[in-house]
Amino acid sequence: MFRFPLTKKPQTSRKPFSVETLAKNSRLRGANVTQGICPYCAVGCGQLIYSKGGELIDIEGDPDSPISTGHLCPKGANAYQLSVNSHRVRDVLYRAPYSDQWETKTLEWALDQIAQRVKTTRDADFATRDEQGRLLNSVRSIGSLGGATIDNEENYLIKKLLGGGLGVVSIENQARI
Amino acid sequence: MPGLGASFGRGAATNYQQDMANSDCILFMGSNMAEAQPVGFRWPMEGKLKGATLIHVDPRFTRMSAVCDLYVGIRSGSDIAFLGGLVNYVLTNDRWFHEYVLAYTNASTIIDEGFRDTEDLAGMFSGFDQQHDSYDSKKGHWGYEESRPGNAEQDGSKHTPEVESAKDPHVPQGYSRMGSSEPYTSPYEDIINAPRDPTLQHPRCVMQILRRHFARYTPEAVSQVCGCKPEEFIRVAELLCTNSGRERTTCIAYALGWTQHTTGVQIIRTAGILQLLLGNMGRPGGGIMALRGHSTIQGATDIATLYDSLPGYLPQPAVHDPEHEDLSWYIEYGRMPTGYWANFSKFIVSLLKAWYGDAATPDNDFGFSWVPRVDGDYSQLAYFDRMSKGGVKGYFLAGQNPGGGGPNAGLHRAGLRNLEWLVVLDWFETESAVFWKNDPNAPPPSEIGTEVFFIPAAAAQEKEGSLTQTQRLIQWHKKAIDPSGDCRSDAWFFYNLGKRLKQLYAGSTDPRDQGLLNLTWDYDFDEQPRLPDGTLSRIEGEPDLEKVLMEINGHRLNEIDPRTGEPHLVSGYSELKDDGTTACGCWVYSGVFPEPGRNRADERKLSDNPIQPEWGFAWPNNVRVLYNRASADPEGRPWSERKKLVWWDSEKRSWVGLDKPDFELTKPPDYQPPLGATGMDAIAGTHPFITKADGLGWLYSPGIKDGPLPTHYEPVESPFGNLLYPKHSTNPTVRLFPGPLNHIAHMPTAEYPVVATTFRLTEHYLSGPMSRFNSWLNELQPEMFAELSFELAAERGIVHGGWMTIHTPRGQIEARAMVTRRLRPFVVEGRVVHQIGLPFHWAFAGEVVGGNANDLTALVADPNVSMHESKAFTCQVQAGRLEGQALHPTAPTAHWPTLDPIPDTPASAQPEGRIGHGK
Amino acid sequence: MASREHELSALPQTSDPPRGRLSQLLARLISPYLHGEPRGPVPEVLGRLIYPFVRGEAPKPQQATGFYTDTTVCIGCKACEVACKQWNQLPSDGFNWSGNSYDNTNELSATTWRHVKFIEQFSEQTSNVLAPMGTVSDESPLNRWLMMSDHCKHCLAAPCHQACPTGAIIQNEFENVYIQADICNGCSSCIAACPFGVITRSEMGGHSHKCTLCYDRQRDGLEPACAKACPTQSIHFGPVEELREQASKRVDQLHERGVPQAYLYGDVPSETYSAMHSFYLLVDRPSVYGLPDAPFNPWLHMMGDYVRSVAGGLVAIAVLLVVVFLLKP
Repeated sequence: MFRFPLTKKPQTSRKPFSVETLAKNSRLRGANVTQGICPYCAVGCGQLIYSKGGELIDIEGDPDSPISTGHLCPKGANAYQLSVNSHRVRDVLYRAPYSDQWETKTLEWALDQIAQRVKTTRDADFATRDEQGRLLNSVRSIGSLGGATIDNEENYLIKKLLGGGLGVVSIENQARI
Repeated sequence: MPGLGASFGRGAATNYQQDMANSDCILFMGSNMAEAQPVGFRWPMEGKLKGATLIHVDPRFTRMSAVCDLYVGIRSGSDIAFLGGLVNYVLTNDRWFHEYVLAYTNASTIIDEGFRDTEDLAGMFSGFDQQHDSYDSKKGHWGYEESRPGNAEQDGSKHTPEVESAKDPHVPQGYSRMGSSEPYTSPYEDIINAPRDPTLQHPRCVMQILRRHFARYTPEAVSQVCGCKPEEFIRVAELLCTNSGRERTTCIAYALGWTQHTTGVQIIRTAGILQLLLGNMGRPGGGIMALRGHSTIQGATDIATLYDSLPGYLPQPAVHDPEHEDLSWYIEYGRMPTGYWANFSKFIVSLLKAWYGDAATPDNDFGFSWVPRVDGDYSQLAYFDRMSKGGVKGYFLAGQNPGGGGPNAGLHRAGLRNLEWLVVLDWFETESAVFWKNDPNAPPPSEIGTEVFFIPAAAAQEKEGSLTQTQRLIQWHKKAIDPSGDCRSDAWFFYNLGKRLKQLYAGSTDPRDQGLLNLTWDYDFDEQPRLPDGTLSRIEGEPDLEKVLMEINGHRLNEIDPRTGEPHLVSGYSELKDDGTTACGCWVYSGVFPEPGRNRADERKLSDNPIQPEWGFAWPNNVRVLYNRASADPEGRPWSERKKLVWWDSEKRSWVGLDKPDFELTKPPDYQPPLGATGMDAIAGTHPFITKADGLGWLYSPGIKDGPLPTHYEPVESPFGNLLYPKHSTNPTVRLFPGPLNHIAHMPTAEYPVVATTFRLTEHYLSGPMSRFNSWLNELQPEMFAELSFELAAERGIVHGGWMTIHTPRGQIEARAMVTRRLRPFVVEGRVVHQIGLPFHWAFAGEVVGGNANDLTALVADPNVSMHESKAFTCQVQAGRLEGQALHPTAPTAHWPTLDPIPDTPASAQPEGRIGHGK
Repeated sequence: MASREHELSALPQTSDPPRGRLSQLLARLISPYLHGEPRGPVPEVLGRLIYPFVRGEAPKPQQATGFYTDTTVCIGCKACEVACKQWNQLPSDGFNWSGNSYDNTNELSATTWRHVKFIEQFSEQTSNVLAPMGTVSDESPLNRWLMMSDHCKHCLAAPCHQACPTGAIIQNEFENVYIQADICNGCSSCIAACPFGVITRSEMGGHSHKCTLCYDRQRDGLEPACAKACPTQSIHFGPVEELREQASKRVDQLHERGVPQAYLYGDVPSETYSAMHSFYLLVDRPSVYGLPDAPFNPWLHMMGDYVRSVAGGLVAIAVLLVVVFLLKP
């Protein structure tokens, strides 16, 4: 009865395991695994993204990545919360001029409205040549900012559409900042 | 990053992160890698376990300093003085790598007689234009000495006639062509044949100019300016010198602690000079690591969402007189006769073919006139300055938050309030989305006329695409789940917006609409895409981004691939042509999609080669260590067994090694270009920097707007004058944006005596859009604080853990006081100066909110890249709080992301935390 | 892709585990309770009463596993904290800035199973030359910033385990100390027993919680989330024997490199405490890191306490007898 069990190995076989303890295993069983890249800094860590039933269930490091060998920093380990998060906005929001609140709108409505705004502004401000007669073919009253946190292909589409298509000059991203 | 481009040819980190484990010594300066890139930092740590020495030079003792072997504290904004001191130390103590420097750099090149250094003009270079506060490199004779055929290596001391270059006169004032365009390198045309003096004795050879230029950067001067001790400086210098040479290599790593200065480009240039002198470029464990902070900030520069750059570092065309506005002149200005940029015409014509398809023909200059011309500075800073004064109508924000993260964020928000319409694509309601209702310093919503469209964006896991990380490695990420609700990828938004605009303009015959109407814009999936579990995606109208990547990679238009029935993909940029038979969206990425079904960005093959060349695809051409020809000696043998990487195999008559050679594979080391050679034929077998017109590393680089050699100037806001050049306190070419919202404390003033610097914490990201809505990160760093020394705290009566306020001419914020000995006062020029550190992660929107360090910084810009100076400015600090400014979170606390059970999972495999706490 | 992380996708979730005879019988009795079938008050009460007695046969013992935390390479990034919260889906503890260096977590608790400590040790001298830990140091050793990731020690003889009256705390097949949340009745004996302050009771669920050493992951051959995330490999996970060997080599290496202060904490038993399956490499006294310099297992008091109790009782009886008999007229 009075043992001093400081060095003695515990006898695990006689321990009272509950039903759920016995059935315990990871939730990754049967999940779909997708190889991703961490969206935070520029190290480019590999991530494994697990989903079940169309829902995200876990994101952890990809041990195969020669850059990160399975490790993640606190932000990378938090990537799950970028997707599963009650603060995420899931609807198109619209704020009318001088209004003090958002209104919920549909994607279709927003696309139509934005395309209309772009056309109106562009048609009003497109400059073919400057006062010295030099070729501009540019729109200087519309700009775009962002690109370093989205994908390369998205950057390409922005530059191609706004720059090559519409003549927008001020297309920028965080690279300078 | 022209700081690197001007020295070596390409504006990108030279080595890969894992290579830092091969370094014998790493100097971290302007970088806090352990905190900002913790996982990348595992490689320096591995190097350290193997015996490498890690040095941290920084104004603050950080979590990285804690694990480095040596920490030296220097005052913010004194980096060039410190690095210039290192250059001087290497030169005066004869510690430079003679063979390397003689063969691979322009040390022996003779500079034009008319050039005057800062030593001659008391802190200025020749050619300064007082009227425009800028240099005219031509008038300043910054170029190389003119060549005299058959006489190339003799003393060229005769007077050099004015060289008429087609380039310079047409570059308009105030438009930064160096921003990211590499080809603009020298005002002097005939670089390859410039006279040289291999004995390095000629008084006007680069080596002698360099020696004179840096002579005043003595250890004592360094100590005086930087506030460190001379022996600390010497210890760093000795460590660098003993860990460089044939057998050993040193790496220098930097980040925004260098770039966010009005002298940022020149700081990086000084490091380039140092690494060339020590012979560390192009070698394993060496190089300069530019540690970047966003997942594809490299890609966004390459592709390029920059106003002055087209994809692949081609310059955005600038305004010219009508005689010089066509494609042939653009090519004439942009190309270099020698080196890789001789292929310039192929790159631009292929880009135009990718954009305008069949409509781009030789007859219409391949649609070149549809590409907008730049007639001024349209960089973020300049544009928001314009916006705040009411000159902009519409704006798109794709995953960027200038209202919280822009320098002088208050001015940025004033800009947003002046817009007619704004489109925000983001995940959360960031400061830039709610500036009209939650900004405590703004007028009420009823006075703000901006129409705001918030498009909920898909998270990274909810879309596919590629990201280019800090070492130029392109990696594809797959889509794991559909975004919920109306969330859509940014690609979806711009693709569908483009479709709508094409419809709106359909039928227009106006010439100005033809660019849009002819834009190739067909990226629909061939069949509805599937999710990883095999079910069909719910999202309609998503573009197939692999098709976009194929367009970026390039096609041979005149050849149909029988496998796909589409034009043949090119396997690399060497296949590109300038006759309109190839299309390529970004030539540096060429090779990323070399054949149908082979997306190399998505390749995940591991091999025995430690470089892992089949994991992702690195531009250019999958090279992992740039300029790796320099890892071998001039004869093509590795400098040492320990540091071998790429070498010449004389039996195979080819360059071989672990990495893909960044050199023409079969060009032997003894190749000498014939007289009059052009393009790559003009590059000798011993010249590793192939995108430079002469193939050499440039110790002296005339293509930079603030001088061919780096010079120490104080930050725009500094409590000191310039000890090294008393007549010129700040960079004479700095760009200012005067206005009521952007006051600067120009002169050293008693009103703002404290130096402030901003920094990043591991636990947060940028201004918080990706971290301050996340409870697991918020609990780790919940509140804005300022780091200050015991001495400053005692002087101002500030108590640790209490409140303090920080004031600059732009704004004032409150913060909790973190009084710590990790910050120390500096003794500079015999005077004590205090410095504080401000994390830049908080603002007024989010689950946690707080004082915004960006509200304090100023809109000032480096002349080359329009980069601001958030790493060194002056402020005043006081104990206490701001009145009436208490901020309240705009998002309610959410301890958990969700409490719903994991689907299709028994109770025994549900997460432990949900078992115990949730139900 | 050969990594274990990829293979798991193909595995099915386990079904019911094997059980002993009595348990099978009991389980049948409370089956409606267990499987969420239509319940009435009777099966509900019956289920709750009987469930804790339904126990299975213990799995076969495996190689003992644990953590070895090398504090000299810790960069204080807190990846372990977030990885733990993410995997176990633990709630945040609220947003309170402590001012205690970069530590805003403050302590281990039922909802925080990993905690990174920050100890600033800087002298008043304004010298900027600092020789941080783990390296050549000829300067003042007092200018350093120590960081350490703390967690449950998974003691070989765990006082919490010994104190648990319900059998909720078990030593599982990996010799890790595990609290079975479905058995725990929230009595809090374990909290008092732990000399490291690891365990607290959840205010939400009412049960005690602490680090499980990612039991669920280990069952599937995965390493714990924190050790996997740790970017500089400060946290090592593996068989305890191998970890001890690795750790002692690292101590030797540090001694050679001029860090004579380096030592291991908890790798071997002391006179008053057992070995721990999670042990640390430290460079200063344990109390500097907030660890007890000499941890004491409360069981060691037990023999004396019992003897004293019995003796006291006997004396009391004797006194009573004396009083009763001697004072009896």
